[in-house]
Amino acid sequence: MKTKQLLLGDEALALGAIYAGLSGAYAYPGTPSTEILEYVQKNRLARERGIHSHWSSNEKTAMEEALGMSFCGKRAMTSMKHVGMNVAADPFVNSAMTGANGGLLVIAADDPSMHSSQNEQDSRFYADFAMIPALEPSNQQEAYDMARYGFELSERLGIPVLTRLVTRLSHSRAVVETHDEPLAENEIHYPENPKQWVLMPAMSKIRNRRLIADQAEFMKASENSPFNSYTEAPDHRLGIIVSGIAYNYLMEAFGGDCPFPVVKISQYPLPMNMLRRLYNSCDALLVIEEGQPFIEQKLVGLNESGKKIHGRFSGAVKRDGELNPDLVAETVGKVMPDVEGIIDFLVPEASQIVAPRPPMLCQGCGHRDVYGALNAALESYESPKVFGDIGCYTLGFLKPFNAIDTCVDMGASITMAKGAADAGQHPAVAIIGDSTFTHSGMTGLLDAINENSNILVIISDNLTTGMTGGQDSQGTGKIEDICLGLGAAPEHVRTIDSLPKNHDQMVALFKEEIDYPGLSVVVSRRECIQTARRHAAKK
Amino acid sequence: MKSDIVLAGVGGQGILTIATILGAAALNENLHLKQAEVHGMSQRGGDVQSNLRLSSDPIHSDLIPLGGADLIVSLEPMEALRYLPFLSEQGWIVTNSLPFVNIDNYPEMSAVEEELARCPRVVSFDMEALAKEVASARSSNLVLLGAASPFIDIEPEKIEEAVRALFIPKGEKIVEANIAAFRAGRERALEIKK
Repeated sequence: MKTKQLLLGDEALALGAIYAGLSGAYAYPGTPSTEILEYVQKNRLARERGIHSHWSSNEKTAMEEALGMSFCGKRAMTSMKHVGMNVAADPFVNSAMTGANGGLLVIAADDPSMHSSQNEQDSRFYADFAMIPALEPSNQQEAYDMARYGFELSERLGIPVLTRLVTRLSHSRAVVETHDEPLAENEIHYPENPKQWVLMPAMSKIRNRRLIADQAEFMKASENSPFNSYTEAPDHRLGIIVSGIAYNYLMEAFGGDCPFPVVKISQYPLPMNMLRRLYNSCDALLVIEEGQPFIEQKLVGLNESGKKIHGRFSGAVKRDGELNPDLVAETVGKVMPDVEGIIDFLVPEASQIVAPRPPMLCQGCGHRDVYGALNAALESYESPKVFGDIGCYTLGFLKPFNAIDTCVDMGASITMAKGAADAGQHPAVAIIGDSTFTHSGMTGLLDAINENSNILVIISDNLTTGMTGGQDSQGTGKIEDICLGLGAAPEHVRTIDSLPKNHDQMVALFKEEIDYPGLSVVVSRRECIQTARRHAAKK
Repeated sequence: MKSDIVLAGVGGQGILTIATILGAAALNENLHLKQAEVHGMSQRGGDVQSNLRLSSDPIHSDLIPLGGADLIVSLEPMEALRYLPFLSEQGWIVTNSLPFVNIDNYPEMSAVEEELARCPRVVSFDMEALAKEVASARSSNLVLLGAASPFIDIEPEKIEEAVRALFIPKGEKIVEANIAAFRAGRERALEIKK
């Protein structure tokens, strides 16, 4: 029976995948992608079927696990935030070389405007780089429908398919109509050509030529895609190309009735025939796309003497930040000043007294005690440097702690502290959370252990992946054992509870281990206040 | 029917519960609906907002354009002011008057009140106080939902059904408390609106 449900874009995609015969979902939490796997975890059908939905240690392991399931002929998906694609890049790019056997969806949720991220990278470039097809839903229903479509495309073309979401779709709810009946899962069946899964040069050379030859098929699929469209309109002074959710903003600006021909792009590689038709029939083009000027740069090329192409690259649309209906309406008005039909509201003045309210560490959060003690411990040193990492504790950069000097990527605290120590920096302190440590900190710690680097690594263990809402952390209960197993000296792997009453003890411990000329680890532990409350409420 | 609503507050106050209830009610009424929210880092005691769009016609954008909101519904007075540029010419502000001060540069309360008073269509009262009267402080968001309900073209009984459906797993007592809060908020807003 078809049902209507109110779903986030993330949830719509997850439900679509479950109904399309998904056998395994693999992910590491990351805003705005987290709710995809969370939805699979709590969905009744997924539970009945025993669909895999355990969190992975990081995006690379998640991608490889999904690829392994695809190898066995079953439908698998892996989901991550955009910067997770960097972590998964090695298996991702090489999965284009192996190809897919069971349908394989790689879901990258981009975060333009950086609501909760360190950059605005656009995942469409990854699909282009790996030479695989990509989907970019423009609404929640498409996100649902594209899961089944994507699996079928992946199996038909024998290639993984990237699905690109953006924050405003991932985290926006709308009514979604579901399929009548869920598809059965695939039975195990092995690749027709097993050689292409062994990426040794002799095999890879053959496979690479095949992948290049397949590009024509991928393009044809885009030209015929039900999600790409060409809408004719009377005014040919301008042709507009919109991708993903930019389509909605354009329709909003004109109340659904755009006077210019519009090409909507939701499947890549770009349908060049469709775009050529628009280019040939219009005096100029405007490209409106969420993220970086991916489409526009494909079109500009050596077109300097040709028709004008407006977009983020040309400067017609501001280069950074996410789109919104106002920005899109303003852009069309700027490019075509005499255009009629743009809905224009009177905009009240902004309040002059409203103060910014930045996020902060919760009251009762153990990271607070760690930073309080660390700041006190470092007072007596001349120029201490603290290398931070990705998580709630990145907020230690802000008032009142102002406690960290760097924050770059998952795991960079330990390795950057080591590099700094190699340069002669002392004290060099790394601070990293438990989930980030098992994501990408362990290998860096091994480097530091092997050289007995003169750094202090503080693992602020709150027993969860806190910033994304409290998902299971893969190292819970194993943190000290991991450090010891990697070869850290037992007398310099210390543990303390991050509690206000332990402040003096924590200060003394940090100082002692900073003064020790070699590698030390302090595991500072206290359950996240948010998950602790939830656990208490359950009891 | 069309209601474009900016929901505002501070992380943890419970504005998303309001969105969930209105969303469920709208779904039952077969209305079109889009509701954008921001998760992640912005939840940690920072400002949070959600765009909720309800309409009998299809909705294009997940985000409300500037000057297009029929309602600003806020659990905190300064947070209501943050979204003024979104308010339409005939739009209403429905806000809790009780400030949530977790920053050291929070403006003078008198300045916040003056600025709110300058807006032509405002419903502002201490929702926590009313919530305590009829239920408990935790139901402040249901008082706010009640206060916003006269400005949304959905029958209040339909919204109450959605409240019941959301809270029934927590027991009949919790349902009753939340419905009492909803009704009290609605009644107070209707008095002020007159």
